[in-house]
Order: sequence, then structure tokens, then C-alpha cells
Amino acid sequence: MGELILEMKNITKTFGSVIANQDVCLKVYAKEIHALLGENGAGKSTLMNVLTGIYRPDSGQIFCHGKEVSVNSPKDAVDLGIGMVHQHFRLIPTLTVAENISLYTEKKGFLLNPAKMQKRIAECSRSFNLEVDPAAVVWQLSVGEQQRVEIVKLLYHGAEILILDEPSAVLTPQEAQDMFNVLRKMADSGKAVIVISHKMNEVLNNADRITVLKDGRMEDTMVRKDATLDRLTRAVVGKQDYKEHFRTQKNISPDVVFSMEHVCAKNDRNLDELKDISFDIRRGEIFGIAGVAGNGQRELSEVIAGLRPVTSGKIMADGADLTCASARERREKGIALIPEDRLETGLVPDLNFSENIILTRYSSSRYSRKGFLRFDRMRRDAEDYTKEYEIRHGGFDLPVGLMSGGNQQKLLLAREVSGNPKLIVAAYPVRGLDIGAADMIRQILLQQSEKGTSVLFISEELDEIFHMCDRIGVLCDGELMGIRNTSETDVFEIGQMMAGERKNSEKEASSYA
Amino acid sequence: MRKFRYEKRTDVSMARKILNPVFFVLLAFLFCALLLGAMGFSPFAVYGKMISTIFSLRGLTRSIEAGLPLMFTGLAVALGYRMNLNNIGADGQYALGAIFCAGFGLYGPPMPAVLKIIVMFAAAMLGGALAACIAAVPRALWNVSETILTMMLNYVFLNVLNYLMYGPWKELNQMVAQTREIDSSLWLPEFGNTGISLALLIAVAIAFLLWFLLKKTTWGYQMEVIRRSPRAAEYAGMSVKKNIISTLCLSGAIAGLAGFAEVNGVLHRVQADLPNNAGYTGIVIAFLAYLNPLSTVLVAFLLGALQISAVAVQITGVPSQVATMIQGSIMLFVIAGEFFIRYRLVKVQKGEAA
Ligand SMILES: Nc1ncnc2c1ncn2[C@@H]1O[C@H](COP(=O)(O)OP(=O)(O)OP(=O)(O)O)[C@@H](O)[C@H]1O
Ligand SMILES: [Mg+2]
Repeated sequence: MGELILEMKNITKTFGSVIANQDVCLKVYAKEIHALLGENGAGKSTLMNVLTGIYRPDSGQIFCHGKEVSVNSPKDAVDLGIGMVHQHFRLIPTLTVAENISLYTEKKGFLLNPAKMQKRIAECSRSFNLEVDPAAVVWQLSVGEQQRVEIVKLLYHGAEILILDEPSAVLTPQEAQDMFNVLRKMADSGKAVIVISHKMNEVLNNADRITVLKDGRMEDTMVRKDATLDRLTRAVVGKQDYKEHFRTQKNISPDVVFSMEHVCAKNDRNLDELKDISFDIRRGEIFGIAGVAGNGQRELSEVIAGLRPVTSGKIMADGADLTCASARERREKGIALIPEDRLETGLVPDLNFSENIILTRYSSSRYSRKGFLRFDRMRRDAEDYTKEYEIRHGGFDLPVGLMSGGNQQKLLLAREVSGNPKLIVAAYPVRGLDIGAADMIRQILLQQSEKGTSVLFISEELDEIFHMCDRIGVLCDGELMGIRNTSETDVFEIGQMMAGERKNSEKEASSYA
Repeated sequence: MRKFRYEKRTDVSMARKILNPVFFVLLAFLFCALLLGAMGFSPFAVYGKMISTIFSLRGLTRSIEAGLPLMFTGLAVALGYRMNLNNIGADGQYALGAIFCAGFGLYGPPMPAVLKIIVMFAAAMLGGALAACIAAVPRALWNVSETILTMMLNYVFLNVLNYLMYGPWKELNQMVAQTREIDSSLWLPEFGNTGISLALLIAVAIAFLLWFLLKKTTWGYQMEVIRRSPRAAEYAGMSVKKNIISTLCLSGAIAGLAGFAEVNGVLHRVQADLPNNAGYTGIVIAFLAYLNPLSTVLVAFLLGALQISAVAVQITGVPSQVATMIQGSIMLFVIAGEFFIRYRLVKVQKGEAA
């Protein structure tokens, strides 16, 4: 542990009636990776936004190298050497990596020199062993690559204190480990790193010190050797006993609710992404899709929901051919989708809570009568969801973009589950949720399936898939490598299939037995 | 060294929205007073004339008259922007609306007057909608910029209008490029002898209707979602294409009604260059009104007042260019002042990192 670089003292920040931070103190030393833990809405992002000048604290002080500073704008933060990668990346998709990185530099000539710019950025990224192609256009990059760009951006601007808000939420376990290796190197070179995360293991394996926030206050802080899974869980979830829910009861009937036959589809870059996918789902079954993210999961969920056309193949639901049906027709057939990008697709960040809960059902008789919106119903459901799903927010009239990431996810889930769907396509439904909330979501999906709803459960966490699913299909490079009954396979076999190994078909569980 | 920096306001009060422009109007008057003084005119005489013009019954009715077409074009533009569609073509839609409306009034088959007025009303909407539709379809289907399309179409329809005015539709034995008057049975009833016709009520009614639809219906909700996030709209099963076409056409139809208001309510005929940039002024109006239909009517009226008072000051001896300058300055100041509705200046504190 190096010298104390940064100290936050008694930070309080409120938004109207919501107390996001209260008397929070945080010390950050050079050469350490400091993990910040806490429930959804505990105030982690807010605290970091105070540090980077996006919000001004109501009270409290910030000391940098022992000197009191006031950070009034993100630019002040950059000047102090504080840089942050936000929960939702802030890269401009149509610009190149180099353009994105140099967007915020102070000294701008009138004429841009792309070649020189790219060379400098390439040098910078190489010196930290971070591979990025400065000439690539951002929208073409995978999430992991975009993350690297964000980190290079910070380093390029000379950040001494790096803050990453849930950097691993959208990364594969391998990518996450690579990222932590990079962060460790940064720390060793004298920088301080603050990482927000909900993944206990990752924190236990990589952090030097850990601070837990709860309800805006500091709950606990410890060095790694004092931290145990139990202590962390208790600090995050609260005093009550925490128990994970597994698949115990099943209520699977033999009739097929949904099936796909030889489906192919293209991705956004117009390349073939899904190749000859066939599977079916029974009523009340939870069908898991395992696989490293970015292997066609997104396209698969969009094809099912009618947001992406198939190039060949057939999609059936309840005996009806839906291959050419619109997104709306499929919804009416009872197919609900929890998309992986909640803020771009699943929610409208500028609209408020009530307006978002009607998004996929605005024209149903529940929310409209003869074309007129039924505001009383919207309000009542908003209140019900808030209670039932323990959603925390600053009021029904605030844009949902201001809610904490995990609470946005809960809202999205509450909406999709409550339409009485026949099939719920859930793409990474617990991404970004604290362990308590994640378990609650899994429990809700389990309950739904016991009621006879089918679930297509897309995830990259094998533990979770094994705990939840009846059958598992493995997606690799847009192909279904095989389908197994959960009871007849193990993590090892699925892992091999995820890596692209096609297994002999004698164990093939083409339908639930 | 910086002494101030700006900060985004989190909440904007109603009072600020109203008082801020008032302040900048006053600032514009101050600015123009200096210029007028430098040019050797008395600002007091000029402003006195402006004020006495506006605050008279005659001034009031003429302000409404001048503001009337602006109400329609303002509403048309505001509606488009409600879905992020830049309808720059309200001028052309207005022109085609007027052509359809007057065409039917002058050359249509004989029928009872009330019925004919209703058909003319529909014809004006149809003309405007058609003009907008030509831009809407390529926009919806192939994502061609509606900004460029609607703007270029302005030239087309204005030239069609002027061709008719100077050519086939020109009133016989007259110097002016205009049609003859429509039959007086087709004129909209006036309130007393103020010169203000039923057309004003139509504008206000449309504003209320739009406000209501936008706020209370699933149609308004769809527009809001599409405006904020087309991707989420698609996910929700909304047809973005259909909504683009219907909204742009409706926007055009409303602009076309400006033609009906002029033909049946004010001029009782069509003249060359009738739109007189009402479509472009409509853009300014829509923005100053925050795309709110009700405020749009009010702002259009205020701009009408500004226009007639600027014309009136020529009596004091200032050339018309100066009058236009005053008008332009006020608009410019108010638009620039918008910034301070969204941001505030904050004094940089001591010890703050520079
Ligand atoms: N700009 C804002 N306006 C109003 N309320 C806000 C704003 N930003 C955050 N909040 C509220 O403050 C609380 C803390 O939010 P914050 O985003 O800091 O949580 P978090 O710990 O990062 O949660 P998550 O793990 O879900 O990302 C939440 O209840 C949130 O709704
Ligand atoms: Mg957060």
C-alpha cells in the first residue's frame, strides 16, 4: 500500500428526498485496488460521480494528496488526475477510437491530424499493454474492446486515480480476469484503482481493500485478508439470512410452446451470425442458453422477439407460424423479452417510471381505453411494482435514466413478467444486480415457470444456468453446439462445448424427456 | 483566469421560462436604442410608436391577423419536432394548401356555401398533407433527410403558386399578381367588424386538440417514445415508419390550413408569395414555445405584434430596414437568451482547481 492519495470526508449528497450518500468517508491509497460494494441504489455511482465532478456534494470535503480540492466539473477531475469509466459507456459509436479518445483533450489545434493522433494513442496503449486499434470505428468493437478503449482514454489523459463503475458486468469471465490483470499492473505502477462490482468472488480475488455502502452510508471497510464471502454478503444484503434459490419444483408439460427450426440470421454488420439453430421449449420449462457473450445471443433473442428478420428457417409458437410476424404480433402471442441493453432497447431513459411500465403494453386495454391512456392504472401499477419488486427510485415523475442501474433492471423485469407471457426471453437478466436482487429475480423467474410460463434463460454464468435450467443449449459462434439435460451433464462438458467442441450426439437431449 | 462557469440547471421553473425571454426582449430594446441613437433617430419616438401601435384595438386585431398564419405554421413545425422530424417545408405546404383551397373556391362546382367552405377546409389540409407526404415517404422508407426534402420542396410549391398568380389564375385587367376574390358567401364570419374571423378559433381549437392528443392518448405516447428512442419504440412493437409518415402528413395538413385561414378568413384570395416566410418563422415560434401547442399560439401572436409594430415605426421616419433590424434583434436576443433557461452562471470559488 502506498501513500494516501485521495480522501473523501463526510460526503452527503441528496436528490430531492432521496439520500444517495450520507456522511461517507473513503480513503484511497496509491498502488491499491479498492473495491466498492453495495446493493443497487446504495449510492456507489453517486459517490464516484461526486468525485469526478458530475455532482456537487451537499456537504463534505475531498482531499487530493493531502490538499483540499473542490471538483466542480469533470474537467477539474481530469486536471486532478481522476478518471472514470461509467456504468454505461460514453463513447460515440460513429467516431473512431482515436477520435473518441482525443475528444476531450485540452490542446486542440484547428486542424486535426488523425495519423499523429492515432500514433500517440497506439503508443500510449502499448506502453500499458492494452491492445486497441486507434483507427477502428467504435460501433464495430465488442463490449470488452470498448472497455479497453475507455481505460486507454483515462490513461491517455494522465489519470492517477482510475474509477471503474461495474466494469465486469458486461464482460466474460476471461475478459474480466484480463481486465483485472491490467488494473493490477496499473496499481503496481503507482496508480490507485477504484472498482465497483457486485461479484463477490471477483472482489475477493482481486481487491486490496473493500468498502461496502448500504443505504447511502458506509457499512463496512476492510483489507482483503479480513474479508470473507460471508462477511461481505452480510454487509451487502443486510442482517437477515441470505439463501440462494434453486430449481426445486417443476411443472413441465409435454406440449411445445415455442420452437425454432433451422433458423439463420444476420448480425448488424450484415454477416451471418446465427447458423442453423433448432430447438424447442416445453410449457413450464426453463431452457438455458450457455455461451460466451457475443456468440449470437443478442441476435437469437432479437430473432425470437421479432426485432430481427431470419434469412431462413421457421419459428413457431403455440402451433402458429411466427416466422414473418411483427414484434407486436409476437407480443400478442405472449412472447416477452428482457433485452440485454436495458437503456437502449428495454427502457426509454428520458421518460418517467409510469411511462416506462406501459412501454410494451401501452395499447392493451389495461392501459388504454379507446386510444386514451389510463393514468390512474399506470400510477397504481407503478406503485404496485415498486412495492412488490422493492424498486428504489426518487419518484414516479423522474426520468428512469436517473435511477440506479440495478433498479432500472428491476423495473424492466417487473414489466415484462407481469404481462402474463407464455415465454419470457431473458437475456442476462441479473446483470448489474446486487446478490440479493439477483436472487430475487431468479426466484421470480422460477415462480413464473412453476405457473406454466416457459423461460429462455440466456447467461454466461454456468453456476446460475445449472441452478436454474432444465435443459441447456450451448451457443458458440452462432451455432448451437448441442443440447443437454441439466441432470445428465456437468460444468466441464458444457465448458468444452462453449469453447466450440461439438459432442457426440448420443447424449443429445433434443427434447425434454 | 475564469471567474464564472456555467452549470446545467436541474429544474426549470415556469416563472423562469416566462421571465427569461421578457428580460432578453428588454435587453434587445436597449441594444437597438443604442443603434438607433447612433444613427440619429430618437429611440423614444420609435419605441413610443411601437407601443402605441400594439396597445390599441386596431393594433391588437392586426397583430392577430399577422399572427394567424404563423399559428398554423408554428403548430405544424412543433408537431414535427415532437418526433424529431424537421419540417422546414411549412412554407410550401401552406402554398399548396392555399392553391387547393382557392382553386376549389374559385373553380369548383356550385354547391351550398357551408358545404363548400367545409370542402375548402379539407382541400387546404389535403394540399398541405400532400406536399409533406412527398417528403415523408422517402424519409420513412429510405431514411432520406426530411430537412433537405421539405426545404427543397418549398421552392417547387412557391413557384407553382407564383406561376398560377402571374399566369392562368391572375385576376383579369389588374396589375397585381393575385386571383380574384372568392364569393363573399364563402368568407368566414367575423367577430363584429374587427376583421378577425372564425379562423382564429380554428387555430386555437387545433392547438388545444394537439395538446390534448399529445398528452392523453396512446398516439401521443408513441410519438414521445419514438422521439426519445426509436430503438425502444421498435422493441415495443410500434411502427416507426407509419408514425413518421402520419405525423409529417398531419404536420403538413396543419400548415396547409394557414392557406384556408388566409383565403377564407383574411384576404379572400391568393396572392403571389403568399406564405411570406411564415414557414420559417414557424420554426422560431415552435422553439420559443418549447414545442408546446398552446404556447405556440401565444408566441405566434406576439411575433405578429412584433411584425406589425415594426412596420408601423416607419411613420417616425426610420427606413424599413431599421424596422426589420429591430424585429430581428429581438428574436435573436430571445433565442440566445434561451441558454440561460437551461444553464446558470456560477461564480468560481476560491481554491477551485483551474
Ligand atoms: N440524478 C439523480 N436524480 C435523482 N435521483 C438520483 C440521481 N442519481 C441517483 N439517484 C438516486 O440515488 C440513489 C443511489 O443511486 P446510485 O446510482 O448511486 O446507486 P448505485 O449504488 O450505483 O446502484 P447500482 O448498483 O444499481 O448501480 C438511487 O436511489 C437513485 O435512484
Ligand atoms: Mg451504479
